[in-house]
Formats: sequence, C-alpha cells, structure tokens
Amino acid sequence: MSFNRRAFLGTSVALTATLAAPMVRGQGKPRVVVVGGGAGGATAARYLAKDSKGAIDVTLIEPTRRYYTCFFSNLYLGGFKQMEDLGHSYGGLAASGVNVVHDWAVGVDRDAKTVSLAGGGSLPYDKLILSPGIDFVEGAVEGWDLSAQNAMPHAYKAGSQTELLKAQLMAMPQGGTFAMVAPPNPYRCPPGPYERVSMVAHFLKQNNPTAKIIVADPKPKFSKMALFQEGWADHYEGMVDWIGEDFGGGNVSVDPGAMTVTIDGEVTKVDVANVIPAMKAGRIADMAGVTDGNWAPVNAADMSTKADPDVYVLGDASSQGDMPKSGFSANSQAKVCANAVRGALTGSKVFPAKFSNTCWSLIATNDGVKVGATYEATPEKIAKVDGFISQTGESSDLRKATYEESEGWYTGITSDMLG
Amino acid sequence: MPWLRQHGIAVVAFFLATAVAADEFGDPAAGEKVFRKCRACHQVGEGAKHRIGPHLNGLFGRAAASHEGFRYSKALARVGDSGLEWHADTLDDFLENPRSLASGTRMSFPGLKKEKDRLDLIAYLRQFSDDPADIPEADPTASPVDHDLDPAILALEGDPEYGEYLSSECKTCHQASGGDDGIPSIVFWPEEDFVIAMHAYKNKKRPHPVMQMLAGRLNTEEIAALAAYFATLEE
Repeated sequence: MSFNRRAFLGTSVALTATLAAPMVRGQGKPRVVVVGGGAGGATAARYLAKDSKGAIDVTLIEPTRRYYTCFFSNLYLGGFKQMEDLGHSYGGLAASGVNVVHDWAVGVDRDAKTVSLAGGGSLPYDKLILSPGIDFVEGAVEGWDLSAQNAMPHAYKAGSQTELLKAQLMAMPQGGTFAMVAPPNPYRCPPGPYERVSMVAHFLKQNNPTAKIIVADPKPKFSKMALFQEGWADHYEGMVDWIGEDFGGGNVSVDPGAMTVTIDGEVTKVDVANVIPAMKAGRIADMAGVTDGNWAPVNAADMSTKADPDVYVLGDASSQGDMPKSGFSANSQAKVCANAVRGALTGSKVFPAKFSNTCWSLIATNDGVKVGATYEATPEKIAKVDGFISQTGESSDLRKATYEESEGWYTGITSDMLG
Repeated sequence: MPWLRQHGIAVVAFFLATAVAADEFGDPAAGEKVFRKCRACHQVGEGAKHRIGPHLNGLFGRAAASHEGFRYSKALARVGDSGLEWHADTLDDFLENPRSLASGTRMSFPGLKKEKDRLDLIAYLRQFSDDPADIPEADPTASPVDHDLDPAILALEGDPEYGEYLSSECKTCHQASGGDDGIPSIVFWPEEDFVIAMHAYKNKKRPHPVMQMLAGRLNTEEIAALAAYFATLEE
C-alpha cells in the first residue's frame, strides 16, 4: 500500500479544518471519531472510510506510530516470529482516507460530543467508536502494580513488554524457574496465557532444558485445556506445573524486589515472573462514562453502548455476551458496527449483524490448534450459534495445516484492518 | 498472434522437448490420474474453458498469464510480463511449488513434491499443447465438480451489495487481494463454482470445520450474493 502525497495532504488539511472549527456542527460531512487503532478500531475506521467513499469524515486517534499485534506475539517468545514481523504502519489507513492522529484521547464530553486530546484541542463527533483494549485492575495481584512491570512484565500489550519478557527468558540461568500468574475471567485472548506457556516451554526445551515453568491460575479450567495439556505432556514432559484454583492457584502474591512468588502460602524464588493481572476496559471507556464495573455494556445489534446511542465500544473493552475477547472478535464486531454507523449517518442499507471468531494457538513446531464459533445478535446479548474445536489426538498433518492456516489468517486480518 | 512469434515459440518448445531425455519423460496415462488434483480448478481437452483457473490447452510455449479473458493474479501477470514461458522445465518448477515462481499466485495448491508425479502430469498436459486441431482424439474431460445442487439454486442471481457486506466476514482470513498463504484465494471464481463449493461446506460434504460452520448459517440467497460479489471484486 503506497502512502502517496495526495492522500497525505488530504489528511493534513482535513485534520487542520477539524481542529480549527471544533464546535461547528450540523453542516458538512458527518464525523466519526475512532479511539484505538487495534483490531476493532482500525477495522472500523477503514471500513467506514472505504465504504462511505468519502461521505463520512473518519478520524482515528492512536498514540503509537507503529502497531504491534498482540496476536502472534507469543510466537515471538517461542522464536517462530521476529518482532518486526508483528509491526505494522498506519500508512495504509491514511491512504484509504482515514485521518490518523497520533495522540492520546484524554477525555470525552458526551454532551458537547467532543473528544479531547493530550496534545491539546478537541475533536467533535457525530458518532464515537471506542476500541481501547484493556487496562489492568489495580491491586489484582498482591504486591504487583504498574511500577513493577519491568521486574515482572505482563507482556499482555505487545511491544516493549514482549521484548522485555523475551530478554528475561533468554537471560534465565540453567535450570531456573519461570513463573506465570494467569488472569481470572474475563480477559483478552482466553488461550493466550497457555499458548505463551507452550512457547516459553519450546524456547526452554531448546536453550535451557532443565528449567521449570510454574503457572498459578485462579481458574479451575481454561480455554483448549485438554489440547494444551496433551501438548505439554507430548512435547515438554515434566516441564510445566499448572496450579489451578483447586490447589490454591488463585491465592497468589508477588514480591518484585525479592523476585518471589507465593502460591497458597508457599514462597518460591523465581528467575522470571510473568504477571498477567485481572483486566478491565481501556481507561478512556471509563472516562467516557460508558462502563458498568470493569467493562462497557453494549447492544448486540450495532455495538452501541447501553449508556449512549452515539458512543460505541468494540472488542476487549466491551461487555457483549458470548464472544471471547480476541482480535478476531473485535474485527468482526467492527464490521457490524461500521455498517450500522454508516447507515445511521448516510442512510445506506443496514444488514443484519453476523459475528464470528476463530482463535488459533501454537503448541509446538507445526502443532497448531483452533477453536471458533459463530454468533448472532439477540435483544439481550451477542449469542453463540454454533462452534467447533480441534480434537486431541489429531494427525500431525492436520496440526501442521492448522498452523499454516493461522499464518494465512494473520496476513488476512492485518490487511483487512490496515489496508 | 504474429506468424513469427508463433513459430519462434514452436521452435523453442521443440528444442526444450528434445532437451528432456526420453527416459525422463513422464507417462501421460499416469499423468491423467495426477491431473485429478487439478480438475477442481482447471479444464483441459476439447471444449475446455476457464474456470477458477485458466484452461490448459496449448500451454507449452505460451507466456505465463497470457490468456485474454482470464483475470490472473498480479503476481503471475508480472512473471509473465517478465518473460516466463511454460515449458517442461518451468512447469516442473512451478508445479513443485507454485509460489516459488510467483509468490502471490492465487493458485491455491501446495505443489507436487514427487518428481515422477510432475513428469507424468507434464507429459499428460503436453498432449493438449499441439495444434488445437489435433485435440479431438482426446477423451472428453470429466466435469470438474461433481454436485447434485438444485438448478434453481445455481440460477439465483445474487445481490452484490449484500455480498459485499457478507464478504467482510470472509476477509478476516481470505485476502481481498487474492493473496494465498495458508488460506486459499476465493476471488474471481466463476459464480457457479463458488455456489457449489459453499453448498458443499453447508451440507458438510467438504471437510473444514470453520467453513462448514460459516457456510452452515448462510442461506441460498446469501451464498448467491457472496458469489456475485467475489466474482466481480475489483483489484
């Protein structure tokens, strides 16, 4: 996708005009502001700009200039991907007509219908789409807060945290201990912590085969559990010790200074601690006043919030019903939302909501598994229609094909999101 | 086609054909069996038409991506423009791994790893590369797709606008550009082939859990709409 001069000038001019006249409304094109350039926000912005063919002003607010996908970041830990493989520019979105503003959204005035930016100024909107992803619940893991994220990384927002965790993994002494504190439901990417355990085990088996992995988990069971446990036994025998709720996995505290993890009263000195705390909607959703508890409740038909029909929340930050919090889900929800928002603003045809999700996970080299489902909108929630999951004992050819499929999906979804 | 170019290619093809030693040449009868893997997309022989892939009559000596009236991937068009011609040696490379010659080809085929399969297939295809007048002695080619779909379903005209909306669900995995790595290309298929394939998933005759699930909840109008959209997708 080329980033041509004309598109660039068009973007700058449109943005300047927007900033210069923030309070003028009811004339000119309808305006959509999208906050967050991940799987939900980037997709919504791209589809609105593409499908409205210039009839809607679409602005995306995203602080980072380069987007690193959280999906596939475990494969970087395992050595299957380079960090650069996960990085994407926003140039394609800009070229397809989206005003991409690299700034933080720091406030929403729902009465004035404006979003304020950290860099100053504010953007007016007719419809506001928030797709801010996740933040962590304060005090969720005793002894851990954001100031401890260098000693004990979460690596659950891809980028520098992921690189830090990989560096710590590489620096582990022979026979050392890697601890993970897994999050309670609901959280981003349900199989993610367990794919990560698999990828860490893959790395350690090659580089540090006497090392151990301890997982403290507040849940009694987890996504694709039978598949992961079969894979750990087959590929990494004796390396992974998963401590579930029944064995005190939820009774955890950490000491980042002493590098200890205490599980159900037992103190263990560890070399790497990956603490993935309980999650909540990204902060801007809270600031906009559309959350109820940790998440933002939405209407299934169009992803509008229960609190405000002109504010929509996509992806991880939303509370919508049966869909897992995943990049695939956010992408799927974004398309339904974009179709509904475009219809509301331009009178284009609005088609019924259809949602789907598939989550692939890599357990070892060429050993891929997947789980997925289709969903529909009901008055109460997004409700599951049908689903499938990989089976234990599948042939190695099928597992290899599943992994290759996941690579195809990665290329597909990133070009679908970003052009 | 200008006289000189046609004959020039025939001469090149002759030398290449003779350059392959007789004992390295494949068995056309065995190649016909190998061709079953290709038949879902390609036709060859009398009356062969473009389907998901172009027909393969007159393949030898022809520049890659040179059929008027077939929409090739940009990748294959590029290597054709760069001078790639189909001969025994280039076909052998392409058939071993299509993406080695054209990384963005829409030919969703992993390749033939066995050299004998490739030689046999090339020998089989070679039979259809003489002057078209020589082709009638070939057996009629079987229909590329067996199906028992109601003709009324195939006759449905889809709404491309609805298809475009529905297609957003496909594009999370299948690239709109037609790129193919790990997940097949679905753009520019003849509408009939698209409809047949989707109904085969819907009826659980084709074995893929994701596609069975997604096709399973599409009705016949929705499948027709998708077929209409993907057949006309602009690159």
